[in-house]
Amino acid sequence: MTNKIWVYLDQFKGKVSPASWEAIGAATQLSKEFGGGITALVFGKGVEEIAQEAITFGATEVLLAEDDTLNDFRPEPYSSLLAKLAAEQQPEVILLPDTTRGRDLAAMVSIDLKTGVIPDVIALEVSAGEITATRAVYSGKLISKVKCTARPYIITLRLRTFSKPESDDGRKGVITRVNIAVAEENIPSKVKEYIRGEGSVSLTEANVIVAGGRGMVNRPTLTPPAEIKGDKEVDKWRTQQGFKLISELAETLGGAAGASRAVVDPGYVAYEHQIGQTGKVVSPNLYIACGISGAIQHLAGMRSSKVIVAINRDANAPIFQSARFGVVGDLFDILPPLNAAMRKRLGK
Amino acid sequence: QFVILFMEVLLKAIACVKQVPDSAATVSVQNGRVTWGDAPLVLNPWDEYAVEIALQQTEAHGGDVTALTLGKEDEKEALKTAIAMGCKEAVRVSDPALGATDSQATAQILAAAIRKLGGADLITFGMQAIDNNSGVTAVQTARLLGIPVLTLVSKVVSLDLTTNTIVVERAIEDGKQVVQASLPVVLTFVKEVAEPRYPSFMGIRKAAKAEVKNLSLAELGISQPQSFVRWAEITNPPQKQIVTEIISGGSPEEIAENLADKIMAEKVL
Ligand SMILES: Cc1cc2nc3c(=O)[nH]c(=O)nc-3n(C[C@H](O)[C@H](O)[C@H](O)COP(=O)(O)OP(=O)(O)OC[C@H]3O[C@@H](n4cnc5c(N)ncnc54)[C@H](O)[C@@H]3O)c2cc1C
Ligand SMILES: Nc1ncnc2c1ncn2[C@@H]1O[C@H](COP(=O)(O)O)[C@@H](O)[C@H]1O
Repeated sequence: MTNKIWVYLDQFKGKVSPASWEAIGAATQLSKEFGGGITALVFGKGVEEIAQEAITFGATEVLLAEDDTLNDFRPEPYSSLLAKLAAEQQPEVILLPDTTRGRDLAAMVSIDLKTGVIPDVIALEVSAGEITATRAVYSGKLISKVKCTARPYIITLRLRTFSKPESDDGRKGVITRVNIAVAEENIPSKVKEYIRGEGSVSLTEANVIVAGGRGMVNRPTLTPPAEIKGDKEVDKWRTQQGFKLISELAETLGGAAGASRAVVDPGYVAYEHQIGQTGKVVSPNLYIACGISGAIQHLAGMRSSKVIVAINRDANAPIFQSARFGVVGDLFDILPPLNAAMRKRLGK
Repeated sequence: QFVILFMEVLLKAIACVKQVPDSAATVSVQNGRVTWGDAPLVLNPWDEYAVEIALQQTEAHGGDVTALTLGKEDEKEALKTAIAMGCKEAVRVSDPALGATDSQATAQILAAAIRKLGGADLITFGMQAIDNNSGVTAVQTARLLGIPVLTLVSKVVSLDLTTNTIVVERAIEDGKQVVQASLPVVLTFVKEVAEPRYPSFMGIRKAAKAEVKNLSLAELGISQPQSFVRWAEITNPPQKQIVTEIISGGSPEEIAENLADKIMAEKVL
């Protein structure tokens, strides 16, 4: 019997995105309402291990496609394959983690299957076989409850929002290999190269984020070496000293370093660190904002963090209104001893 | 007796733009309706990049940009800004019969409008609209048009009209990916791709006088596409009761120790 609940497992270069297991967790909740087991979909090359692991997390069946054409994610061949399988087996729901790939695939397969897509969902409810999905809209300023009249539901799940199930080696499931749907000559794009980013932890998956803003520029007593000349170069250098402190604390906490737009726009910190409306939207367990005022566009990217800590010289900075803990002080004074204090507590 | 015409190959670009309340607006729900007070309506910030890259590429290769929107008859802010930035034409699909559309229906209409406009080599979109935060319309439109789509472009490496190929860098979770596709293509962008230009004085004057070309669904040759997804309920977010605790101490070291204890007690690490 085919399962009603399907989960697409996202992977990059054979490494599964942790959010894929969160999606199996969400699917497990849904399957209690819909009945039946969970079908996981694994597409790629050299990804059989992911299929086996999926069973330990709760998939009862895995549809596994391995081929050269699926080696790098491209939405067209992935969508055609997913659509073909779904047309044959008629699932009720397809859940995908809301990674860059998951979002593209969900959008495209919704067209192939002539159904709707509900992206970046933060909660799911089921009543009488109908799903209501909760999403943040207007950059998190409002919450909407969304329904879909067509089937299957195509839903992407916000990362770090649904809990990951416990894995259990005793679980049983069937892995079925499936064929590709599109040959290479009919795929309109080619991936030529991959350039690794500098950060080791990706912001959207990080459990802890330490972020720095324009406050990093503001440490007049920090004197740059003689070869650094001009206001802008000095500001950049000072920001980099501040960002070093940010990065060190992030590393101690096993997290990632973020930044506000105020230091990204002038080119002091790389854009891949930017958090907010025009950067990344994150929801870590712990967000430490240093020298960030708390502009609405910055909040749009981090307000769903579980615990927010603000370090700011200005006691009236709006960021304190969103913070669980606040320190009124200079980030350059607080960060070094905070790093030492955390290292001590974490036995590092 | 023969006249040989050397036709220069020009790049044709369409930028899809949407009007939204300003990103700094205080948006709330009152009596079940979304309101943003007297906050201005603007070009969706992500669409500024779509306009900018379409302009840059037509400047490099020759050709024009048409700004395309689907919206109510009086919606003009997005198109006006697009013209002021340098788009040649502004087209609005508008139809009194049209109610709210989901992303898939929006994509159906945009795809029909793009066909009606004779297609384009480059069709640019914003990464997402800051009102519904969906980020799916570009991919859906591309699929309906049957052309490739490259999302989250951080750099256009090359665009070649003789071979009809484009090479871009995309920003993905763990770094950058270099991808090549054939034209025509749909693109969306991350911020790092460019700094959108400010409208010039001449541009603003031109925009004030520009005529928007209106197209109805009948003129596109389609009936109203079905929307599957609907907002059953829209609410203000639950007020998280945050009690901010200010951590104090006699020295930075003491503050740091106190804060470290508080962080550990939250059990979030
Ligand atoms: C369409 C649009 C999109 C935007 N998108 C984003 C986005 O994605 N992300 C984003 O961040 N912003 C975004 N912005 C910009 C946003 O409006 C703010 O300008 C920006 O977030 C401010 O950054 P900041 O808090 O670092 O700087 P500021 O607002 O200048 O705040 C600096 C803070 O640091 C404090 N400070 C100064 N020195 C120190 C010190 N030594 N130690 C401790 N504290 C100190 C100050 O008291 C102040 O509160 C966007 C704006 C627009 C219009
Ligand atoms: N009504 C519309 N008219 C024109 N373009 C639109 C419209 N809605 C969405 N778009 C385009 O699609 C992008 C993504 O929108 P969305 O998928 O709704 O987040 C936007 O940034 C626009 O470029």
